[in-house]
Amino acid sequence: MDTLQILFFLLSALAIFSAIMVLVSKNPVHSVLWLIVVFFAISGHYILLNAQFLAIVNLIVYAGAIMVLFLFVIMLMNLNADTEPRKNWWMKLAGVVSGGCFLMVMVSLVRQATELSGKAALMKTGDIGLIKNLGKALFSDFVVPFEISSVLFLSAMVGAVVIGKKD
Amino acid sequence: MTLLALDWILMLEKLILIAIIVFASLGIALYTTFSERKVAAVLQDRPGPNRAGPMGLLQPLADGLKLIMKEEIIPNSANKALFILGPAMAMTAALMTCAVIPWSSSVELFGRKIDLQIADINIGILYVFGVVSMGVYGIMIGGWASNNKFSLMAALRGASQAISYELAMGLSLIAVLMISGSLSLKTIVDQQMAPGAWWNIVYQPLGFLLFFICAMAECNRTPFDLPEAENELNMGYHQEYSSMKLGFYLFAEYVNMIMSSAVMASLYFGGYDIPFLDESTLAPNIAAILGVLSLLTKIVIFLFVFMWIRWTIPRFRYDQLMNLGWKKLIPLALVNMLVTGAVILWQQG
Repeated sequence: MDTLQILFFLLSALAIFSAIMVLVSKNPVHSVLWLIVVFFAISGHYILLNAQFLAIVNLIVYAGAIMVLFLFVIMLMNLNADTEPRKNWWMKLAGVVSGGCFLMVMVSLVRQATELSGKAALMKTGDIGLIKNLGKALFSDFVVPFEISSVLFLSAMVGAVVIGKKD
Repeated sequence: MTLLALDWILMLEKLILIAIIVFASLGIALYTTFSERKVAAVLQDRPGPNRAGPMGLLQPLADGLKLIMKEEIIPNSANKALFILGPAMAMTAALMTCAVIPWSSSVELFGRKIDLQIADINIGILYVFGVVSMGVYGIMIGGWASNNKFSLMAALRGASQAISYELAMGLSLIAVLMISGSLSLKTIVDQQMAPGAWWNIVYQPLGFLLFFICAMAECNRTPFDLPEAENELNMGYHQEYSSMKLGFYLFAEYVNMIMSSAVMASLYFGGYDIPFLDESTLAPNIAAILGVLSLLTKIVIFLFVFMWIRWTIPRFRYDQLMNLGWKKLIPLALVNMLVTGAVILWQQG
């Protein structure tokens, strides 16, 4: 095993463990904090793939901003473990069955995808993830979808302000 | 010596560098608390701390000893793990910024060229932003885990303030990045050091002013110290904390001040550049040492300005704070960005 593999397995184990802890934790604030750990582990994976810009933007946007808003809502609503209603056993069973089916579909999809077959992830090589190349690609090859999605964001922002306004 | 295909000597070198920088920042933070009290004393026309040691110079050590010796209290109703995690995160986030700051050029020791920067990553300044956005969690977790409504209110205030001012900070930064064309702090400093080049403050006076105001808000310094507004919120988000956990919160503020001063010096004031001197004419080691001194001088000047403002200007009201952030600083930063972009386009022809 070289360093890269050790790091990969460490990060993967961390990501899976904390993702399970997100679900298992009774306290919603703990869940949010474990979710932040998941984002950190995934950013670590991005760095292994030499996509540093993506890694740091993932941290700034998801871990730094969106999770803070989650925490805001949870802290202000004062959700506790007691207020959460207990689910019936058949609800849990249905959840497990449907979740398992979904996992099966996803795994078979990944296994059969022609784009992915016979290809390994590019570790530490490839430079599309570097900010210079990514910026050039976004603003030359993909400029129309990029601008359209930014208009979409703008409209979402305006919509949020309109909904949030009193009266 | 290669095990796992790593350069272990490089690792050792970086570890020593990290240790030096972390301890130096903590030491400077210690004496920043002292100079804060002295500056306050001068501005308020009183002697200030002058009992411990000559001219009161041992005062910060006495303060530190007092904090360590105090009884450590964890409230019964507090969430214990998160109560401890809060101050630890505040301190870690404050110290992590030092990794991308270029403290000086490189020195040659034992035949090795050692860069006085822990990591020159190509997303340097974005890394600083990532770490700053983590700093919010120290306040939020600590305030929530205390299980005290005043702490919670203060934590929410602090977090919303930090998020609001991060936006204006990022927008004012984009103008600098457009000029330099790089995110690496080392490259930004090198460009300002080149012979005949001016510091970025000449091109970006408005951008610097906005960045400075936002940095003050991010550090929770007066006039933006609403999370600690004691007449409204008792003592703020660290009300339930005692002993060294409280000390961590208080120290994290000073470490944050030092780091944001270092970032501002690197972005706008040439970093370790010595004005009106061509460093390439000096021996590399001497140039590196003079560079560190030059950066430290700039940091000390910034720290003084921080304190000067703190003891001169009263605190904002909460709605004034939000108005300033969203309705004044962000539009100004956008205009600054547009004008900078237009000028760059015009120069390129």
